[in-house]
Amino acid sequence: MKEKLHDLKVKYQGKKMAPAFNALHTFLYMPNETTHSGAHVRAADDLKRTMNTVIMALVPCLLFGMFNAGYQHYSAINGFPESFSLFDHFLTWDNFWVGVTTVLPLVIVSYGVGLAIEFLFAVIKGHEVEEGYLVTGMLVPLIVPVDTPLWMLAIAVAFGVVIGKEVFGGTGMNILNPALTIRAFLFFAYPTWMSGDKVWVHEGVERAGTADAISGETVLGSLAQGSDYAYSLSDMFYGFIPGSVGETSTLLILLGALFLIFTKIASWRIMVSAVVGSLVMGLIFNGVVDAGWLPEYSKFYTLMSFPYWQHLLVGGLAFGIVFMATDPVTGSQTNKGKWYYGFFIGLLSVMIRVFNPGYPEGVFLAILLMNVFAPTIDHYVVRGNIKRRLKRFKTATIYPKSTDEVDSLKTETA
Amino acid sequence: MALLSKKDANLIKDPLADNNPITIQVLGICSALAITAELKASVVMAISVLFVMGVGNVVISLIRNIIPSKIRIIVQLVVVAALVIIVDQVLKAFAYDLSKTLSVFIGLIITNCIIMGRFEAFALGNGPRRAFLDGIGNALGYGVILVIVGFFRELLGSGTLFGMKVLGDPIAKTGLYSIGYENNGFMIIPPAALIVVGIIIWVQRSRNRELIEEA
Repeated sequence: MKEKLHDLKVKYQGKKMAPAFNALHTFLYMPNETTHSGAHVRAADDLKRTMNTVIMALVPCLLFGMFNAGYQHYSAINGFPESFSLFDHFLTWDNFWVGVTTVLPLVIVSYGVGLAIEFLFAVIKGHEVEEGYLVTGMLVPLIVPVDTPLWMLAIAVAFGVVIGKEVFGGTGMNILNPALTIRAFLFFAYPTWMSGDKVWVHEGVERAGTADAISGETVLGSLAQGSDYAYSLSDMFYGFIPGSVGETSTLLILLGALFLIFTKIASWRIMVSAVVGSLVMGLIFNGVVDAGWLPEYSKFYTLMSFPYWQHLLVGGLAFGIVFMATDPVTGSQTNKGKWYYGFFIGLLSVMIRVFNPGYPEGVFLAILLMNVFAPTIDHYVVRGNIKRRLKRFKTATIYPKSTDEVDSLKTETA
Repeated sequence: MALLSKKDANLIKDPLADNNPITIQVLGICSALAITAELKASVVMAISVLFVMGVGNVVISLIRNIIPSKIRIIVQLVVVAALVIIVDQVLKAFAYDLSKTLSVFIGLIITNCIIMGRFEAFALGNGPRRAFLDGIGNALGYGVILVIVGFFRELLGSGTLFGMKVLGDPIAKTGLYSIGYENNGFMIIPPAALIVVGIIIWVQRSRNRELIEEA
C-alpha cells in the first residue's frame, strides 16, 4: 500500500492533483524523503506529531462526551439515578449508542467538509495539504451542542475554514482560531440552536412543547436566569452535566492538559495565567457581593456570587483554556506575552459570563478577542526587550581588547 | 453604446468593474455595511446616490470655473447637501417606511467619500457631459455592489427578497423550511456585510490578477 502510494505520488508529481496524493501518502505513512539542505531543524518534532498529540489528548473528552450524550438523554427522560454508579448508569451500551448516533456524525461532517476544503485549496493553490485541520476538525464537534443540525455544522465549517484560515494563507497564517471561528459563526447565525435550555440534551428540541418535553439547562444557563441548579460539585468536576459535547468533564480536560504540558506541546504559561485570570475576576465579583455593594434583586447577583473557583468547573472555560487558548498559531509567541495573553483570556471569560447573560459562554469570545490582540502583545514585549538591552548596552563598560586579539582579528578579516 | 465614444463609454464601464468605488477604491464602505440587510433599502440607496452623483457632478462641472479654489470644498458640500435634502424629502413624502429604515444614512450621503471624491477628482476638471457620465458610472458601480450584498444578506438572513418570502414561510414551515432549513442570523448583522464585500473583492481580484495590490 505504502509503495503503491509512493509510486502514485511520483507518477503525479508536478500534475494538478499531486498535493492530494502527497497528503494521503504522508498522512498514512512516514514519507520516504527527508529534508536534505537548508537551515532546517532536523528533528522528528513536526507539525504532524504536534497535531496527533493534541488529538490523543482530546480522545478521552470525545469518548466521555459520547457516553454523556446518552446519560443526559436518558436521565432527562427517566430522572437522574438516585445512587449513581459509574458502570450501571454511565458506561452503558445504551448511553454509548446514543453517543454513536449523535456525536459521531458531528465528527464525520466536521472532518469531511473541512478536509474537502483543505484538499480543494491545496489543489487550486498547488501547495501541499496542511495538517492544520486535523485538530480543528476534532475540536469542532466537542464544542457544539449534541443535536446541532449537520447541515448547519457543514456550513459553519466551510465558513470557518475558508474565511477563518484559507483567506489568510492557510495553516499557520490565520489570525483567529478556526475552531472558535466556526463556533462563533454558529452562535451568531443560529442562536436558537446554540443556547437556551433545549439544545444540550439529545432530542430536547424535538420534544419541546410536547408532553414528553425534557429540559437540560446548563449550570451557567440556570445561574444566568437566577435559578438554582441540581448538580453537585463532583458532578461538575467529573462532567456528568449537560453542555457542549466534550467540554463537561473537567477531570479529563485536566488529564489532557497534563499530557500536553508533559509532551511540551501546549504552553503551561498560557494555561496557568488563564486560570489565574479567571480566579482573579471571580474573586473580584465574589468580593463585590460579599461587600454588599450589589442588591440581591440584581440580575447579576447569582452569577456574581457563584464561588470563584467553580467557574473553572462549568461551561467551556477549562476546555477553552487547555485546548484553544494554547493554539500556537493564534496565541502569543513570546514567553512574557503568553502570561498577559492567558491572563486576559481568563479575566474576560468570567467577565463576559457574568455581565452578559445573553452569552452565558464567554470563553470563545474572550479567546477570539485575545487572538486579535496577541500580535500586539508580542510587539510590545519585543520592543520592551530591545529597550532594556539598549539601556544595558549604554551603561555597560566595554574593555579594550588585548592587542594580540586585535591583530589576530585583523589577519582574519584581511 | 454607439451613442458614446469609447473614451466616454469607459467612464461608465470602468467603475462597474476594474475601478469599482467600493471593491477597488474601498470608499463608501460605511453605508454599504449599514443598509444592505434588505434588498429594497439597497436599491433605494443606490438610486438616491445615482441621483445625487449624476446631478451633483453636472452642477459642479458647470460652475467649476467660477468656484474660488480656496472654498471649493464648502461649495461642493452645499451642492451635495441641497441634493440630499431633495432626496430625503421625496423619500419622506412617498416612501415613509423606507425612509425610516434608511434613517440617518440618506443624510449621510453628504459625507459619502465617493461623491466628494468624484467632485474633486473629476467634475472640477471636466465638462458637464463627461462629468455626468462619470457620476452615473460611479454611482452604478456603488449601486451594483450594494445590490449584490443586499441580495445575499436578505436571501440568506431573512429568506426573503424585496420582502417576498422566496424560500417559504419560516413559521408555517413551508418550502425549504419544511426540511429543517433556518435563516442565518449572522447575515442580518453588519459584520456580515463586511465579509460579503470581502468575498466580492476576493472573487474580483482572482478573476483579474492585475487588480491585486502590491503587499
